[in-house]
Amino acid sequence: MSNKAGGIIGWIDDRLPIVGFFEDHLSKYYTPKNFNFWYFFGSLALLVLVLQIVTGVFLTMHYKPDAELAFASVEYIMRDVEWGWLIRYMHSTGASAFFVVIYLHMLRGLMYGSFKEPRELIWLFGMMIYLCLMAEAFMGYLLPWGQMSYWGAQVIVNLFGTIPYIGEDLAIWIRGDYVVSDATLSRFFALHVVAVPIVLLGLVLAHIAALHTVGSNNPDGVEIKKNKDANGVPVDGIPFHPYYTVKDIVGVVVFLFIFSLVVFFAPEMGGYFLEHANFEPANPLATPEHIAPVWYFTPFYTVLRAIPNPFFGVVAMGAAVIILFFLPWIDKNKVKSIRYRSTLYKANLFIFLGAFIWLGYLGMQSVTPMASQMALRLSELYFLFFAVLGIYSTQRSAAYYLFWFVAFVAIISVYDVYRNNADIAALTWQTWVIPVAYLFITLVLAAFTNLDQDKPVPERVTG
Amino acid sequence: MKNIAQIIGLLVLLCANNSFAAAGAGPIFHMNVDTGNQKSLQRGAKTFVNYCLSCHEASYSRYNRVAADLGISEANMRDNMIFTDKKIGETMTVAMTAEQGKEWFGVTPPDLSVKARSRGADWIYSFLKSFYLDEKAARGINNKMLAGTSMPHVLWELQGFQKLKGDDQHADESHADDGHGGGDHSPFVLAVDGQLSAAEYDRTITDLVNFLVYLSEPAQLQRKSVGIGVLFFLFTLGVFAYFLKKEYWKDIH
Repeated sequence: MSNKAGGIIGWIDDRLPIVGFFEDHLSKYYTPKNFNFWYFFGSLALLVLVLQIVTGVFLTMHYKPDAELAFASVEYIMRDVEWGWLIRYMHSTGASAFFVVIYLHMLRGLMYGSFKEPRELIWLFGMMIYLCLMAEAFMGYLLPWGQMSYWGAQVIVNLFGTIPYIGEDLAIWIRGDYVVSDATLSRFFALHVVAVPIVLLGLVLAHIAALHTVGSNNPDGVEIKKNKDANGVPVDGIPFHPYYTVKDIVGVVVFLFIFSLVVFFAPEMGGYFLEHANFEPANPLATPEHIAPVWYFTPFYTVLRAIPNPFFGVVAMGAAVIILFFLPWIDKNKVKSIRYRSTLYKANLFIFLGAFIWLGYLGMQSVTPMASQMALRLSELYFLFFAVLGIYSTQRSAAYYLFWFVAFVAIISVYDVYRNNADIAALTWQTWVIPVAYLFITLVLAAFTNLDQDKPVPERVTG
Repeated sequence: MKNIAQIIGLLVLLCANNSFAAAGAGPIFHMNVDTGNQKSLQRGAKTFVNYCLSCHEASYSRYNRVAADLGISEANMRDNMIFTDKKIGETMTVAMTAEQGKEWFGVTPPDLSVKARSRGADWIYSFLKSFYLDEKAARGINNKMLAGTSMPHVLWELQGFQKLKGDDQHADESHADDGHGGGDHSPFVLAVDGQLSAAEYDRTITDLVNFLVYLSEPAQLQRKSVGIGVLFFLFTLGVFAYFLKKEYWKDIH
């Protein structure tokens, strides 16, 4: 296939097929020509991963994973290490940037149906990467050994303690102690800098290998491989290199510009990226009044708090993450892209997005009766999104839509009756309209209008 | 309708309240932080070493770094600002041990290195302005920002003593308006005059808090100027990257 290369490249290629590799994955790897803004975030995630590893290596040279020394060693990095402040801010900003990029990357997958056949494995590897990232962020956040590091870890590890029978022992096994302590710090350090990054890199490799096996989806959700020219090249495909390498450079520069705005001008990001309370050294004897996780965990934290029973709260929180794994088998609609999906599908997705953001906001706030009602209602919307997505897999009869409308309203109402008490009665029934209105829009409208109709998908990509 | 109003109310909150709820009461007074004002930082450093550094440490900070950042010569620093036998390259710690501090004050006086980052400038500024005479307090003095604080009013010589407005109905109201920050909103009136006028005292603690903000992150003095260079570089690179992309993509339709 490839012309025989000479010189050093030729010498190496005889022993290791680098030319073939370059062609298979870059210069002759065909990618849809119609990628838009949303397709920058995959390469950006890779960039942030590299940034985190490089800055992390330098931080490791100066950081001391010891409860007596950790906080001071971070301040040492901030003051006495040459450019230490820059390395540290890049790493702390990088953690948040990672989640920004990954959430947008996942939203892209959701919008254009990138998780659907034949890309289910890509989605599954991606979800595993997301889980690893959460573990990585959680354990990394303990390392500065500030008050939020300490109490955040305390709260999250205690969640495992709510599991019946084995919970307490499990929590002790994770901490290595009865409370978060030096033992916890040392093991979180080891996991954060060695174990999880190795798994993460392996998963990223699998994610990309799976992607390159089936090829990229695109904003039209059209398979470009179904339309090949005489040489077997997809008509709507262009080589990844140089076209998308030069395009991604633009994305990288724009990203770094925004990233630098934070690193150099607002590294705390108003308390969202570096919480103020975390500049107070960890004190096991003083519980802060308000323990808030970092913003990227707050949607799930709210789901946890929405349910009064701690164990079922943990189950709901876990389910909120795990359900994403099943997306390829929930949404089985043949139309991939949001461009050709029904009006109601779009409404469903936007409501889900709004609910997710609002859940995140509530997770940063103290609990009030109204906020805790809203937490439950938004959690209901979060889960109902997936149910409705499943229902939208094909066109259904009016009776089918109405059956599920009645069924879901009944389930919600029964739970409301069960959980209701005099203190929250008014709020309960006032907010009851939220999930019911949602179900009315997504199911009753689907039964009586043609807003549930998908549009025809073109044969070729559209520009 | 009521629930809709509540939901809208929550949305308004979402827009308005973009900071994490801090523990305790919010600051009473506000100050404008200006770490670019080197003279102010120098005056703040002087107040800091004279009044704070005997009990509070800044154990992550080194004398020579402060000297270099604030434009103070090492000789000047050594002669006028280090009152112990510490060397210029050492950290700003105190002789009092944590145990002694606990014994003498009830709590160990906290390290002030990063206090301005955890508490915020306004909180410290308000704290230093909020000591008042209180017969019910153990030492006869209390603080509106941190009730029952075990810290004495170290700056009393400068500020004098104030009391809560409500405590003394006959207090001269004009006294309360210090014309600086608090104004009529100040809950205090001066009871015993200090060496400084209200405005001078405000300036002194503004300088001090300015210094503490600097101290909490010395890198901030260079961070922004480095940032401007980086942004300029990225912008230039972006222009080239954009036209490179355009050149490559001109044949793709």
